[in-house]
Amino acid sequence: MKLLRELRFPLLAVLCAFAVGAIVVLLIGDNPVETFALLLGSAFSWPDGIGYTLFFATPLIFTGLAVAVALRGGLLNIGAEGQLYVAAFATAWVGITFTGLPSVMLVPLCCLAGIAAGAGWAAIPGVLKARFGSHEVINTIMLNFIAVALVGYLTQYHYRLPGDPIMETAPISGAAHIPRLGTFVPGLPTRIPLNVAFLLALIACWLVYVLLWRTRWGYEIRATGQNPAAAEYGGISIRKEIVLTMAISGALAGMVGINEVLGYRYRYYDGFSDNYGFTGIAVALLGRNHPVGVIAAAFLFAVLQRGGVPVDAFTQRVSKDIVLILQALVILFVAAETLFRPGGRPQGARTKI
Amino acid sequence: MKLELRDISKRFGDVLANDHLNITIPSGTIHAIVGENGAGKSTAMRIAYGFYRADSGDILVDDQVRDIRAPLDAIALGIGMVHQHFMLVRPMTVTENIVLGAEPGSALSLDVKQAAASIRALSAEFRLAVDADAVVEDLSVGQQQRVELLKALYRRAELLILDEPTAVLTPQEVEEFFSILRRMREQGKTVVIITHKLSEVLAISDNVTVMRDGRVVGNLKTCETSATELARLMVGRDVLLRVQKVPAKPGDAVLSVRDLSITTSAGSRRLDKVSFDVHAGEIVGVAGVEGNGQTELIEVLAGLLAESQITGSVTFNGRDIHQFDTRRRREIGIAHVPEDRHRRGLLLEFSLSENVILGVHYRPPAARGIASALLDEQAIRRRAELVIREFDVRPPNPALPARALSGGNQQKLIIGREFELPPTLLLISQPTRGVDIGAIEFIHRKIVALRDSGCAVLLVSAELEEVTALSDRLLVLHNGRIAGEVDPAQTSHEQVGLLMTGGHA
Repeated sequence: MKLLRELRFPLLAVLCAFAVGAIVVLLIGDNPVETFALLLGSAFSWPDGIGYTLFFATPLIFTGLAVAVALRGGLLNIGAEGQLYVAAFATAWVGITFTGLPSVMLVPLCCLAGIAAGAGWAAIPGVLKARFGSHEVINTIMLNFIAVALVGYLTQYHYRLPGDPIMETAPISGAAHIPRLGTFVPGLPTRIPLNVAFLLALIACWLVYVLLWRTRWGYEIRATGQNPAAAEYGGISIRKEIVLTMAISGALAGMVGINEVLGYRYRYYDGFSDNYGFTGIAVALLGRNHPVGVIAAAFLFAVLQRGGVPVDAFTQRVSKDIVLILQALVILFVAAETLFRPGGRPQGARTKI
Repeated sequence: MKLELRDISKRFGDVLANDHLNITIPSGTIHAIVGENGAGKSTAMRIAYGFYRADSGDILVDDQVRDIRAPLDAIALGIGMVHQHFMLVRPMTVTENIVLGAEPGSALSLDVKQAAASIRALSAEFRLAVDADAVVEDLSVGQQQRVELLKALYRRAELLILDEPTAVLTPQEVEEFFSILRRMREQGKTVVIITHKLSEVLAISDNVTVMRDGRVVGNLKTCETSATELARLMVGRDVLLRVQKVPAKPGDAVLSVRDLSITTSAGSRRLDKVSFDVHAGEIVGVAGVEGNGQTELIEVLAGLLAESQITGSVTFNGRDIHQFDTRRRREIGIAHVPEDRHRRGLLLEFSLSENVILGVHYRPPAARGIASALLDEQAIRRRAELVIREFDVRPPNPALPARALSGGNQQKLIIGREFELPPTLLLISQPTRGVDIGAIEFIHRKIVALRDSGCAVLLVSAELEEVTALSDRLLVLHNGRIAGEVDPAQTSHEQVGLLMTGGHA
């Protein structure tokens, strides 16, 4: 029953988004049923459809979790984008620098470097808020620009191979590669970049669930997010929680680098993120800041992303921009939850945008 | 204006909020509607104001059946309502607030001057002393309430419904407010006051309707009834309005406060060289008009005023504790029931179980495992069930969010949580604010029982009645200073009131 109640509004939002999307498709002059069949159908074919959809979902699970944890703690982390760039670069840097290490050491080291870099980058706005009360939304946005510029500079002037026309670093050591799932899953070719990072994402969801609802630290994070004055009354240090929550959020965003660098391109590729950090906000909201919801929402957004290509190719008039329209509509309807709740007001308004 | 509710019923889901109500409010009277939280008194009045539609029954205004579909209909008929929580736009002026929704002038121009003039006239007529040009957020709570009254009068209300109007007022403001109501009655207005404070019913009303469980259980003339009778009708059983306690047997000093001063980061001095002791087994009360340093006193003792500059010494069982943070203070046995349960005391979206461990969530028995990392669900549930049972929290379901409880039950949950600490010193502020009579009696008994078991209690309450009845010694705070210490059994309310306002007893 509780699950049904939780699911009602996200499902309604998605349905409404598709209904309005259908009208848009009609207005453009195509058949919505055919268009949506293309959009969704291509995501479920085996092995390419499912393989790519799960691969696309992986970074969104990480960023969705990152935003969800922050929101549970009463913070809006708009800086996942910057955090994942810094982290991905740190992951690659370890992979490039410590080439002599064996795989069992190098892979964990690369992962830890990315997690630490993401956490550290996110902790900056955390400390600024805890110490000076400056708002994390402003500071995380600002740090996005700085992050992109910083890693761009490092790539361009320090870690690019001489003569390489592409903005990318040298390749990481072969020992730092993590296996693609095709290696273990029969019928899944290894050309599909779905890799072990996807399993890490699922583990991260479980860990976040345990952290938030089963440990005393999660209790403190949620209490701070729900009512800081009451948390303080309960002997919880708000300042500490702000920094801690931001660091955990950044660490999760930073794990995107594991998927990208260790499992896909095997180097740092500048500008690789397809707005993962920002889509993560939508994923968290649609997933109601719950790890299971985040998985489902990330999967939906990945399906849309994957389905854009065949829509572009096989319809008369509709372009793959329909995906953006649908994503925007989903966010709009999620944000307009009160539409579906007659006479009600959003609960826990602090955790909403 | 005469208002009559005839056979009104209203159902919300499974709850029959109003069950065939019959209430007649004669013109030119002050009519009190009393009942515990959830008795259906606010619902009935919201139906009269068009906020809800009754499922059945009629509303008669001056003996004519009227169809009131929305508040606008009620306003057009001359019915006004002032809600418990003010509906004012804080950054706007009094005049702007009052004309909001009924702006004078044409579509393009707002004739504020004319409005301000008529507001001044109204304010003078009822001696409300409200500055029409003041910005609302600069006004005191009492003044804001008078702005709400003006808002209704400006819309030509003949009958005013006031929902718990005195909940936010100090004793002095209540007196002032009542004289305003009497002036309104003299001018022929009809006033309906929803309340659960019996002393106020007896002081101000002509007639009183008592409600319980959605039904009218009594329509009485105020002059022919008594607090005891009203309480019995409200609760459905005999209620002890007097606190029963034996004389205190004070032990050693548990808390010693010496020359405690607090200056906020903004530079205003909230406490000025306050010194007192609280002994084991006694209740020390702190009386005072709100805003005279009581809030700061309790918060600083609970370790919650880190931003302020604090001087003086606080010792607990002989130890200097000024360096101790909130958590450490709770560990040594200082429990705290905060004055505002929604702001400080509860995590409203959290379950009762999760609320019961706030403050002790990080250590056994609530937490277990390495570094007490994991919450022990079973132990937490047991603690919640214990508190729910011992403190009669209803509904007794630990999985419910705290938001789902009535004010009285929320308060019992908080008090139960703090009593479970168990405390050596209890800091308790406004223990029964917004709480039903039945629960008040219960809470008072629990506090006295805690005292009798040897706990030191420091009690702050804005209810003079409460603080004098419970305390063994009474300190009066005025302007951040202790204006006097009195024996509450030997001192009249008038004498205490005089100290509270800066006079001498």
